[in-house]
Amino acid sequence: MIFYYFGEYLLLLKKVFKRPEKWRIYWRETMHEMSDIGIGSLGLIIIISTFIGAVMTMQIAFQLDSDFIPNSIIGQINRDSNILELGPTISALVLMGKVGSSISSQIGSMRVTEQIDALEIMGINAAGYLILPKIIAGIVMVPVLVIIAICCALIGGMLGGILTGAVSQTDYILGIQAGFNGFTIAVAMVKAFVYGFIITSIPAYKGFYVRGGALEVGQAGTRAVVIGCITILASDYLITALML
Amino acid sequence: MIEIQNIHKSFGTNEVLKGIDAIFDPGKVSLIIGGSGSGKSTLLKCIVGLHAPNQGKVFFDKQEFTAMDFEEKVPIRKEIGMLFQNSALFDSMTVEQNIIFALDMFSEMSKSEKRDRANFCLERVNLHNTNKLYPAELSGGMKKRVGIARAISMSPKYLFCDEPNSGLDPATSILIDELILELTQEYDCTTIVVTHDMNSVMGIGEYIMFLHKGQKFWEGSNTDMLSSEVMELNDFVFASPLMKAARDTMK
Repeated sequence: MIFYYFGEYLLLLKKVFKRPEKWRIYWRETMHEMSDIGIGSLGLIIIISTFIGAVMTMQIAFQLDSDFIPNSIIGQINRDSNILELGPTISALVLMGKVGSSISSQIGSMRVTEQIDALEIMGINAAGYLILPKIIAGIVMVPVLVIIAICCALIGGMLGGILTGAVSQTDYILGIQAGFNGFTIAVAMVKAFVYGFIITSIPAYKGFYVRGGALEVGQAGTRAVVIGCITILASDYLITALML
Repeated sequence: MIEIQNIHKSFGTNEVLKGIDAIFDPGKVSLIIGGSGSGKSTLLKCIVGLHAPNQGKVFFDKQEFTAMDFEEKVPIRKEIGMLFQNSALFDSMTVEQNIIFALDMFSEMSKSEKRDRANFCLERVNLHNTNKLYPAELSGGMKKRVGIARAISMSPKYLFCDEPNSGLDPATSILIDELILELTQEYDCTTIVVTHDMNSVMGIGEYIMFLHKGQKFWEGSNTDMLSSEVMELNDFVFASPLMKAARDTMK
């Protein structure tokens, strides 16, 4: 059964990546989706990542409470954890809940109210018109959001350290500069790119093939988020295993 | 002209259409009627290509539509206008944007030309000052009229209407029927209407096909219907005492 759905998903992607009828209209839709996904999720990402950064600093300081370990190590651990894992993956899971469920219900409700049929009757590739701009917006905006999340987490980590006295500002900044490996950013960007694709394509698939009414649209949204979160975690493992 | 040959359609083990043949002529309003579950909406979806029939062929002016792939169908689809049961207007677009959407996609018209075309289509269906409204702000009858305006925006050669009167009051229903008849004659298009509204049947039914349990049971005009001896048809059309009385009077 899983192969049936996977095959259906691949066939949908084949339709999605067909040549657009008119580039100008697809461009307009992509800009609109970028604004929805990027600007629309910015506040949530800033709040969540700032708090995660602050909590991380306090927990690392609690676990490394020793006279033999310099305090700057707190900033170093916080930096690598946020760049490699917390920034991309927590942001992706949050975006899956927010953006993913919205995409699924939007496309699903268009399906049950025959709006997708109306597009197809007009001779428009409905899969391409509805899904391609979302996928492009996802793979462009999720990496941007992840960079912002990492920055906010590092700032949040510093604020958390200063406010609780866990680490001084000087030690923390010294820590986040020490032994920085630029490859970790590359790993984070690869993850963000893949997550951007998952966050948009899986809910779009679940919404596109929904059958029934409002109840089924809701169920499709829930399923999309669950499947999407599992796929994000599985791809997180795979990318980490391949790149590190 | 649209011709369908031996259309079969099943969903799992449920055979919904069992070999339907028909010819729908241009400039005429053709009706597909039948009870709930008789397969009339499925037949319409097979004709327009939303469902692929398990067996059988659909021809649009001698071109075999069922044998074409998506890209090959596009030129024919550009000549199709369709009014859906629930209008299927795009929620995120205004009335005007709904109407010019196909023009945006497929024509090289300027903005002002597209706006003029939208205004013309809206005037044609007697809607004024609704350009900037969203579908959620319209009544059921207005939505149907916007649906018709969208369907005629590309000057269709083929017009399909799926239950155009459902959910409408009798007066609006008659207006929509008259509009469909007028547009069919104006554009000389091949019009197929799926309905179970008896006012439509008697009012605009130039060619009527009666489906029963997935089979074509009867075909003819609305006047032929009055003298029909087919029991299933009479049970369906003259089910109400009012219709029985009307038939007796007309006879």
